[in-house]
Amino acid sequence: MTWLLRGVRWMRWYVRELTDESAYERYVAHVRKDHPAAAVPSRRDFERMRTDRQESDPRQGFRCC
Amino acid sequence: MRRAEPRSIAVWTLVALVGAAGWTVLALARDEEVSAAWMVAAALGSYAIAYRFYSKFIAYKVLKVDARRATPAERLDNGIDYHPTDRRVLLGHHFAAIGRAGPLVGPVLAAQMGYLPGTIWIVVGVIFAGAVQDMVVLFFSTRRDGKSLGQMARDEIGPFGGAAALLAAFAIMIILLGVLALVIVNALAESPWGTFSIAMTIPIALLMGFYLRVLRPGRVSEVSLIGIALLLIALVAGRRVAESSLADTFTLAPSTLVVWLVAYGFVASILPVWMLLAPRDYLSTFMKIGTILLLALGVVVTLPTMRMDPVTDFASRGDGPVFAGSLFPFVFITIACGALSGFHALISSGTTPKMIQKETQVRMIGYGSMLMESSVAIMALVAASIIDPGLYFAMNAPAGVVGDTVQEASKAVANFGYSISPADLAQAAKNVEESSLLSRTGGAPTLAVGVSEIFSQVTGGSMRAFWYHFAIMFEALFILTALDAGTRVGRFMLQDMLGNVYKPFRRVSWKPGLVLTSAAVTGLWGYFLWVGVHEPLGGINQLFPVFGIANQLLAAVALTVCTTLLVKSGRLKWAWITGVPLAWDATVTLTASWQKVFSDDPRVGFFKQRSIYQDAIDDGKVLPPARTMDDMHTVVTNSTVDGVLSAALALLIVIVIADAARVCLKHIRDPEASRLSEAPYVESKVTAPAGLFPTAEEKREARRDGTREPTR
Repeated sequence: MTWLLRGVRWMRWYVRELTDESAYERYVAHVRKDHPAAAVPSRRDFERMRTDRQESDPRQGFRCC
Repeated sequence: MRRAEPRSIAVWTLVALVGAAGWTVLALARDEEVSAAWMVAAALGSYAIAYRFYSKFIAYKVLKVDARRATPAERLDNGIDYHPTDRRVLLGHHFAAIGRAGPLVGPVLAAQMGYLPGTIWIVVGVIFAGAVQDMVVLFFSTRRDGKSLGQMARDEIGPFGGAAALLAAFAIMIILLGVLALVIVNALAESPWGTFSIAMTIPIALLMGFYLRVLRPGRVSEVSLIGIALLLIALVAGRRVAESSLADTFTLAPSTLVVWLVAYGFVASILPVWMLLAPRDYLSTFMKIGTILLLALGVVVTLPTMRMDPVTDFASRGDGPVFAGSLFPFVFITIACGALSGFHALISSGTTPKMIQKETQVRMIGYGSMLMESSVAIMALVAASIIDPGLYFAMNAPAGVVGDTVQEASKAVANFGYSISPADLAQAAKNVEESSLLSRTGGAPTLAVGVSEIFSQVTGGSMRAFWYHFAIMFEALFILTALDAGTRVGRFMLQDMLGNVYKPFRRVSWKPGLVLTSAAVTGLWGYFLWVGVHEPLGGINQLFPVFGIANQLLAAVALTVCTTLLVKSGRLKWAWITGVPLAWDATVTLTASWQKVFSDDPRVGFFKQRSIYQDAIDDGKVLPPARTMDDMHTVVTNSTVDGVLSAALALLIVIVIADAARVCLKHIRDPEASRLSEAPYVESKVTAPAGLFPTAEEKREARRDGTREPTR
């Protein structure tokens, strides 16, 4: 059973990383570690900031043929 | 010198034998039908050998990747676009970014020359050119904080060559979008099932976008599951719609679809990213990975036999109906993605280098994911080669040649030297519940027929129509995303260029500028789309070669930048690593554009074509396949535009290569004087494995540093 559980957990981790669902947690960890004095944005604000960045430079995350 | 272990020698000998057996069977097969398993064996065996030996040689001997040098992700970590990403995740990201509809289209069209030329180019091309380009660009961009290809061209070659490269990239983007849009128009025209299910992806994406923005921000997996479920419902519902009274609403003529697509492209590109682009991107990525896995599984389970000839007569005669011209150079520009694609250089130099943990991982991510992309191209070639060649040519020849009825089509196919009865043609369309499959050019419908053939062998014949439309939806989804994203990138380039003349254009938030440049970009690709749909000689037949030339010319720019960088960074001895692929690519592409401009064969040379039709107009005659005098004038205008474009693109690339050669020569004469804009060395503080599986030594390192693999 443990290997099955591990496999499922690995898949979950992989999908979350691949879709960037984990981006917020990663960003929070980054801010807490490197800029302890800075305020941590809410998830909603963070996700907005992320799409706005893509808006201002569409080459970010560009995919091709 | 390290001695190889006997076990490893045995394993690699076995791999080599499997690959060699595959190639032998493919090469020696004459009149019997060969199993696709041999093609898979030849490709996979070659990939494994190339990855194990050649890519390792390039990484450690040529590039000298340094595990102790900190990557931009480590040095500039901002938790958003620069952050060290697990190599397996980044492999997925990078593969999803490079592998879109491209490798599925080119090989299908190139199948008109038989499956052998395409297979050889896909496998040999990826090993020595495509994967090398992706990996070397990724390496150099990583050493430059993730600078883009255009910036690297400007920094390392000079402003003149840099500007030419930028202009080429813009032109290529426009042609790419026009041709991709043409591919969906050909797939969706007169097909209510397809059109309905694709139209439904717009409300589905809007719903997903709203969910992610307002309801539950960032919950991508759950919204993707919802989206995919809705997508499959739309697909199933499409059949009902096609049988209902709504069918007429969704049965659109090609010229109507053009208007819808151009309008869609314009509106989508000025809407905020979160509304359509981002959610659509999640959908297409999941669909891609799912479909590719299914297809790989289907090919391995059913092991279909290939019914296309290994090499057809069109390869030497150069009069193929899908695209004109002989094997050299046209197979090599028709198959771009999958063998060598310049567009990948834009991704290897943009997003990925900002996320890579270790320089040593460029081999797995750059070279490895390109091998994966190449295997997708092989599967597309398999799908096109297992269908009846008669059906293949009836689907892929221009409408003017095939005619409007199955009887005419059957005769036209007989003229090509193949045979299919009118009844079989009608049955093939009925099997996938389409009104007609005649002249469904562009590759997507052919691939869909091949895919439905393979999948329905697993799931039973009754699912055939479902799988056909599944495959169409899968390709159309990509292409619609590409139209949106591509228009944005084209607009960004245009804003940047116009910003030199009138400053406010450069401000992305300046709304009038945004709308104007968006309209300009959609107008430009919309023009090519319109032309392609109304081209009497067949839009794909005329435009695909121009697209192929454009894409391979971008590869020439990328390889030129790589070669210049190898020379300037003191690796002159190894400059052939990208220099030889560059020489090959430049020869192929410049020959193709030369023939497209100067050939005396009116099927190949645009200007010869133009003069023949112009002379006929002067004499008041109408030449088939044109049907009216208007058609004649259309041909004259289009061949002039296409001819001028082919010449201009070739000229731009000659400028880039000449400018780079000048820089290289200058460096060789006086190495001290040239400047290399590499980011300074900083020692890395983290350890991470280089390959997919950590070696014993890397495991020891990880234990020592306490950097364990995640999730354990």
